[in-house]
Amino acid sequence: MKRSWLGFRPFTSSYPQKKETPAAAVRGRPALNLELCTGDAMCAQNCPTQAIKSSPWRVDLGKCLFCGACAEACPEQAIQMSSEFELAARYRLNLVVDGTGKPVDPLLSPELPTPKRSRNLLPMLPETELEVLTATLKSQITATFHRSLHIRHLDAGSCNGCDWELTTLLNPIHDVQRLGIDFVASPRHADLLLVTGIMTRNLTLAAIRTYQAMSEPRLVVAVGACGCSGGIFGASYAGGGGIDTVLPVDVYIPGCPPRPQALIYGLLMAMGRLNPSHEFENKHKD
Amino acid sequence: MMNNLNIRKNNEYESQVRQFLKDLPITLPCIRSVVFIDANHIQVEVIPSDILQFYNTVKPRFLFILLTMVALDRRREYANWQVRTIWCISETPIFLEVVTNIDQSNTVPELPSITPLFPAANWYEREMYDFFGIVPVGHPDPRRLAMHYHWPNTNFPLRQDENRSTFPPYISNDEYFQNRTTGSGVMEIPVGPIHAGIIEPAHFRFSAVGETIVNLEATFFYTHKGIEKQLEGLSIEQARYIIERTCAACTVANTLAYCQALEQIAGTSLSSRATFLRVIFAELERLYNHIGDTGNLCAGVGFHVGIQEGAALKEILLDLQERLTGSRYLFGVLRLGGVGVDLSPSDLSLLHKTLAEVRKRYQRLIKTMLLNTSVVDRFTGAGIIFQRTARELGAVGVAARACGVDRDVRRDIPYAAYTQFNPIAIPLRISGDVLARLEIRIEEVAESFRLIDAAIQHLPDGAIQVPLGSLPAASSGFSLTESARGAVCHWFLIGPNQTIKRARLRTASYVNWPLVPRAALNNIVPDFPLINKSFELCYSCLDR
Repeated sequence: MKRSWLGFRPFTSSYPQKKETPAAAVRGRPALNLELCTGDAMCAQNCPTQAIKSSPWRVDLGKCLFCGACAEACPEQAIQMSSEFELAARYRLNLVVDGTGKPVDPLLSPELPTPKRSRNLLPMLPETELEVLTATLKSQITATFHRSLHIRHLDAGSCNGCDWELTTLLNPIHDVQRLGIDFVASPRHADLLLVTGIMTRNLTLAAIRTYQAMSEPRLVVAVGACGCSGGIFGASYAGGGGIDTVLPVDVYIPGCPPRPQALIYGLLMAMGRLNPSHEFENKHKD
Repeated sequence: MMNNLNIRKNNEYESQVRQFLKDLPITLPCIRSVVFIDANHIQVEVIPSDILQFYNTVKPRFLFILLTMVALDRRREYANWQVRTIWCISETPIFLEVVTNIDQSNTVPELPSITPLFPAANWYEREMYDFFGIVPVGHPDPRRLAMHYHWPNTNFPLRQDENRSTFPPYISNDEYFQNRTTGSGVMEIPVGPIHAGIIEPAHFRFSAVGETIVNLEATFFYTHKGIEKQLEGLSIEQARYIIERTCAACTVANTLAYCQALEQIAGTSLSSRATFLRVIFAELERLYNHIGDTGNLCAGVGFHVGIQEGAALKEILLDLQERLTGSRYLFGVLRLGGVGVDLSPSDLSLLHKTLAEVRKRYQRLIKTMLLNTSVVDRFTGAGIIFQRTARELGAVGVAARACGVDRDVRRDIPYAAYTQFNPIAIPLRISGDVLARLEIRIEEVAESFRLIDAAIQHLPDGAIQVPLGSLPAASSGFSLTESARGAVCHWFLIGPNQTIKRARLRTASYVNWPLVPRAALNNIVPDFPLINKSFELCYSCLDR
């Protein structure tokens, strides 16, 4: 976004058609310079969510708070917080990346997170077979959402940060309606369920009912570190552990909270508007 | 925490309160011990059976403002349960901490309820039962609060023998939503927990006759994350990350209360640059909250120019915060012993320039709003809170100041560098309606602009962080800060090796939420979103 609006009326950002370079202070994906790394694992010890594992070095962006504690702790300054914020992924596995941002080969790291419906306590979820069927259909169906996507937001126990960021999507600067995206009041009108928070116990039932009230085809997007993995709160007696403990998630958007541009990127990914090299593609030029 | 008392508002009660506290052991034989922790903090121990006698005697003397109530499971160390109730007396910066020890031998720990005497204690006592199983005997509404109908009745998660990660089974308990209003013409409107906008979850059950609300039952704690349990045993550095994320919209106020409480225990004295930067960050947080709220209030009456302009101004501030600190919501700016982000001269000039522009546009927005009669008509007389209600429920912040309760921690118990900017203008209204709360916000925004500008001008040089020093095990402390929503009071008990043993986070929303159902009474249902927005409370820092 250009900054010349300072002092003038704000104008709407042209992200994603025009790439945006964030300010220098912005903390994105932690990047490791392997040549400087001595393997002392100070980064892993100081990480508040244990997102970093050493030997081989990798970071789980689904847990990362983008707080910069690893970069501060590293005595060799091998870790820099890059300005990379377009980090959304379709699979939870792909959020575990190495120092350069490439997803780690799942075979090399046995402890990688796998989406598990650990809290399938309520016999209300769709059968697994139906889910598989839905998944195969979904790739074709996302084509349906290319130009219009209606979102129902669901707070499943967030700190309010992700929710505030979602409201900023509707302000005159980010204005997602220019991309055909809008927020609706009822799950019956929604194509996509945008879920923030750790999925608390007290909200699990309401979340499942909201999901069930949506008509097929439907997408679920988990927002923020809490939504992807439980984040700083993890799992406890009060629930937690992320959205995929209860609902099948199609796209994960990491961040704590994700910047509005990161949210737009994740939503475009869910809509199938990014090409295989993850660039924005406006297929329907008017 | 309580230095520089000379500049707060003059309080004629202060000497009386001090005399009263000095005489306490003589006047009240039910007190077992009295400890002066410092000149302004007195701790008295009362045995559980005498607790009502104690409060009945002292209550008529002074105004007792409940700050927080902490329950502790000390069965392993001292074979008892402890409940600490911290009071502020008659708006003086003098704190009375009432300690009650309940012997472990009681199979069901019990404590006489003080809610009939002090309605402000309602939720604290219900929560005490929820988390520890300590029964408030004689409580007028002893339903569980944070544990909804599907929690087992035997599960008290904050007890020491409860495992942090044990997930209790679901049960069915239909008695949860019991308080019903019946009668001819009474219609029930259930709303939530999933609301129609991008907001947090809570369940509101309106009982309406025609369009008029005759009762509003609100159920919260949907986003209960078990933060207080998670903080137990964490190192003080790790705990900061969780406390920052208790609530994104009040993160500076919450973390500042945490840092101050620990700095007070360790006896750390901060560099003056750090205290000035703390003021800048705290006021920036107040600014973007109040300006965003002004826009949100327009959403309550469908005034679209105001919504969009408020949202745009808030975005400018969030963007500014990201440029200055790397986080749009000021996560990570505060550290134990100082701040984590320094502002360079170019940062300061960007801050000054942006705020000057925001101030100009905000004034234009206010003018547009207040000259629009259809907006002002909806604001006037909606959601009135009477001063008596606010005082009884211990209201804080904007909601309290809008109905004549003159309290602001920044002036009354100054912290950070607030003493340097005196006098801080604290706006006050008496009508207690939506318009009054808006006017308070408008004036507070003007004052925040002034404070930030003054802080930029007089920002001293020096280090931004000093070492915290060591925290003795079993020491405890609390601190107050003023968030955009009102006073925050966090209490901490330190464990061995610089860890947190117990934390009690009491935010402004926790105190003010009970006001909202009261404000909605006798208003029409379509005005509720407006009334709710005028309080602008978070659910996350209430539910924790």
